[in-house]
Amino acid sequence: MRHLLSTEDLGRSNAIRILDTAEEMAAVGEREVKKLPTLRGRTVVNLFFEDSTRTRISFEAAAKRLSADVINFAAKGSSVSKGESLKDTAQTLSAMGADAVVIRHWASGAPHRLAATDWIDAAVINAGDGTHEHPTQALLDAFTMRRHWSRLAGTPSTGADLTGMRVAIAGDVLHSRVARSNVWLLRTLGAEVTLVAPPTLLPIGVEKWPCSVSYDLDETLARGVDAMMMLRVQGERMNASFFPTTREYSRRWGFDDNRLRALDSLGLKDTIIMHPGPMNRGLEISSAAADSPRSTVLAQVRNGVSIRMAALYLLLSGDNREPAHHANSTPSIPAETTSAHVTKESH
Amino acid sequence: MTSVPEAPVPAKVVLTRVVLNQADIDRALTRIAHEILESNKGSQDLVLLGIPRRGYPLAVRLAAKIAAADPTVDPAAIVGQLDVTMFRDDLSHQAMRPPYPTQLPRTGIDNKVVVLIDDVLYSGRTIRAALDAIIDLGRPRIVRLAVLIDRGHRELPIRADHVGKNLPTSSSEKVRVRLAETDTVDGEPVNEVVIEATA
Repeated sequence: MRHLLSTEDLGRSNAIRILDTAEEMAAVGEREVKKLPTLRGRTVVNLFFEDSTRTRISFEAAAKRLSADVINFAAKGSSVSKGESLKDTAQTLSAMGADAVVIRHWASGAPHRLAATDWIDAAVINAGDGTHEHPTQALLDAFTMRRHWSRLAGTPSTGADLTGMRVAIAGDVLHSRVARSNVWLLRTLGAEVTLVAPPTLLPIGVEKWPCSVSYDLDETLARGVDAMMMLRVQGERMNASFFPTTREYSRRWGFDDNRLRALDSLGLKDTIIMHPGPMNRGLEISSAAADSPRSTVLAQVRNGVSIRMAALYLLLSGDNREPAHHANSTPSIPAETTSAHVTKESH
Repeated sequence: MTSVPEAPVPAKVVLTRVVLNQADIDRALTRIAHEILESNKGSQDLVLLGIPRRGYPLAVRLAAKIAAADPTVDPAAIVGQLDVTMFRDDLSHQAMRPPYPTQLPRTGIDNKVVVLIDDVLYSGRTIRAALDAIIDLGRPRIVRLAVLIDRGHRELPIRADHVGKNLPTSSSEKVRVRLAETDTVDGEPVNEVVIEATA
């Protein structure tokens, strides 16, 4: 695996490998010494062209737990505000010896551009590009769901997928890269995904996505849901009127106290409520729902560090002297080649 | 990308020689189990940590033999698995290795006598990584090392306290330990140690 750009072309074996590696990383977070020397001497650059708190901090914590050096770069207050292009920024970082670039950009496709050109040699991790993809968020969501799903089944989560799990994703799908990445990844892992949104907040072509679509949250809940993911209403991306009032949105598509009670009356005692954060309390999710024992919001944040450690480890370890054709290809860990090369030589 | 040398083509195996069969392995492990008890003057504070993959099944077998010699020992309570992947110094030169779980016995390793167990001792770098991994998990009173095969060619000042068999080898040869818990040949589980010479 050379880059992590999207979940759409992430195969099942690679996805499960990342989730399994994250399980081991999570164990490190429970130890007294929460640090591994694995990426000593490597440099990870957080390149953020868009505001972010938890994703940037999560990547920073992940890189530091693996002993990598972290350089934080925010577009505000940098040469970008003087008009520097992405290419020049990338080449500057390359000249400073970055081994991995974690990029968040307002333009969909910016991470692909970095990965596909020869501007920079480093591994590229997409930390959210425009309204396109946010793969590490989808992976941490899948990780959270898989732990829940395996605990219900009483089986170990390592190696498992999400076969049979019913996931509903409700809210602002139109602007949500989290929804897109989750739809692709959850399909790959065998879950059934239903998108719930007002018609104005669904993208054109959604009928071709590998999921079902509903306009009615109550009907979706009544049909049974194992994980309910609420999306943030992205006011900053809304340049038109997508719904009449926030009260109407909250009543029809928000997860309010009535729907929280409905989970109990519908007999859905094991349904979890997820939110990628930051939450608009009272809009897409009520405080009671966000703070209920069903809520996995904080577990998602905790799991995010493990997932990002796994991604950094898988991208930055391994033989970097691989054949050139890997450089420009989409993410692909050669499925079983590793074991062939790992011989007893290392003793 | 910088310079890209050709990926190494796996050399063809021309000669395979079995050096330990199932009974040999079993006898060696029985002796090591007694040596461990002898050097520790009993089973007091013993913890056996196997290094994945094949060190762990060896540790389980040794614990069973120690329990057979000393009935006060609960074999499941003294065995653990110690993953050293994240502590290796060759991560950027080898193919990507998935990490294995680290599982310590419930008693932990503080003030214990930890015996590290691996299948083959070669350069010593795995053991170096294991010592680093142990230090992050606790502070054992003593750390010892038991290996099934010592094939020489050390690159670090490390030696084993208990050795199943010293096997002088050329560095062009490969030593393969196959255990029924992890390996099969033609679909059948096997217990053997073979030397493969390559052309």
